[in-house]
Amino acid sequence: MSLSKKSTIIVENLRKKQMMESISTGKRLDERSLDETRPIEIELDVIKKASGSAWVKLGKTEVVAGVKVETGEPFEGLENSGALIITAEVLPIASPHIEPGPPDEETIELARVVDRGVRQSEMLELSKLVLVPGKIVYTIFVDCSIINVDGNLLDATSYAVVAALASYKVVDTGRTQEPPITTIPVSVTTVKIGDYLLLDPNIEEEACMDARLTITTNSKGSIVAMQKGLKGYFTVDEVKSIAVKAISKGEEIGAKLKELIYHGKKE
Amino acid sequence: MVQNRSLIDESGKRSDGRIIDELREVKINVGIIKNADGSALIEFGKNKIIAAVYGPREVHPKHMALSDRCVVRCRYHMSPFSTDTRKSPAPSRRETEISKVIREALEPALILEDYPRAAIDIFIEVLQADGGSRCAGITAASVALADAGINMRDMVSACAAGKVDDKIVIDINDTEDKEGGADMPVAYMPNLKKITLLQLDGELNSNEFNTCLEEAIRGCLKVFEIQRSSLIEKYFGDEKGLNE
Repeated sequence: MSLSKKSTIIVENLRKKQMMESISTGKRLDERSLDETRPIEIELDVIKKASGSAWVKLGKTEVVAGVKVETGEPFEGLENSGALIITAEVLPIASPHIEPGPPDEETIELARVVDRGVRQSEMLELSKLVLVPGKIVYTIFVDCSIINVDGNLLDATSYAVVAALASYKVVDTGRTQEPPITTIPVSVTTVKIGDYLLLDPNIEEEACMDARLTITTNSKGSIVAMQKGLKGYFTVDEVKSIAVKAISKGEEIGAKLKELIYHGKKE
Repeated sequence: MVQNRSLIDESGKRSDGRIIDELREVKINVGIIKNADGSALIEFGKNKIIAAVYGPREVHPKHMALSDRCVVRCRYHMSPFSTDTRKSPAPSRRETEISKVIREALEPALILEDYPRAAIDIFIEVLQADGGSRCAGITAASVALADAGINMRDMVSACAAGKVDDKIVIDINDTEDKEGGADMPVAYMPNLKKITLLQLDGELNSNEFNTCLEEAIRGCLKVFEIQRSSLIEKYFGDEKGLNE
């Protein structure tokens, strides 16, 4: 059952006051401006046993994603389409506040929102992953391990999935097959603290946020998925301005991701 | 999502005979669960959903209580017979996520500070599903909360808008959800003009997105009128009773 709960991270009133004062002058406590995202670092092929993998750092948030490719029967009703399964787990090594156990609702939401962005963007052309139509297809698993938590797991995990998917390789009957990639989806999360809108929150900002909106865009600049979170609200104007920002920021981050994934070799 | 067949005919009629800005038939029956503090049965097209509210009541286990406000617990659940193929009764990941977003959509409307150390439990049971069940569930739950007499800032009304045959339509049905281009559920507080739930599956460019958002809100306002009259009917008989 979904339950309203207190934040696991407690930010003292004084610190929050300091944060609000700082935000009102357009600067955050970590010196970023309100719409500045943290630097993204991507290391590919860190796990040799996986068909593709990526170690992604978004500031101090770190996620490792690995791709495993299996062959199997297609899902019912999707006979001529490969399968894509995305999971995420916040590991107990990632923060003093995480305990081992079955995934809580936040982790389930995380995996589902990341999955929604990648799936709805049709990044991977699943119809090209069919071996014997109606009988045998490729199933692509992307499993994510969150290994250090410092806010904005949604975007960091999405970038890790995208990087791992874009770079996996399958050797089948002696031929190396590249993934059928059509677009690079970019997830951009905006949070609302008081009346201010901030991009890419760190953990301290997340502890103070009232509402969150994650928007995924594709390489054409269209919105493909969206998820509002937390018990705060947005006005119509706020949503519209967040959408405009997510599209322009998505283009910028998309270019950065392509550079980090392909090193200028492709696209 | 690529659409394989046309879902709107030449005369502008959708697969179920509606026009693009028409809601399915909506009926709300308030107070149908006798044991609950507040309840509502909503029939939204073929959706049949019961929302029941218990509370404010004591929190068990006690350590979950909050000293400054009320805890809200929410469960969205689909009965095994509610869908075409039997759904396992165990809560799925989808239901877990929907329970969370529904709770977050309703919480802004509740004045939780009025009930410290207590809990409000919201149970949403989908008896028959027909696309848009989360929106119908929110709509019913909001009426059930009002029926329970819980202090609220506003109602929460929900409606989805989406893209079908490159047209923006409101209140997406099951077929349009599965085969259409985009589905965007929105929950809205109609008097405070605040959005409390916003999700999207499917591709929309920036103009389509703005239209979709505005249309969804127009849908929410239509839903609000139905919520309002269902409550008036239970408590005052009709509009005249309200004015007296």
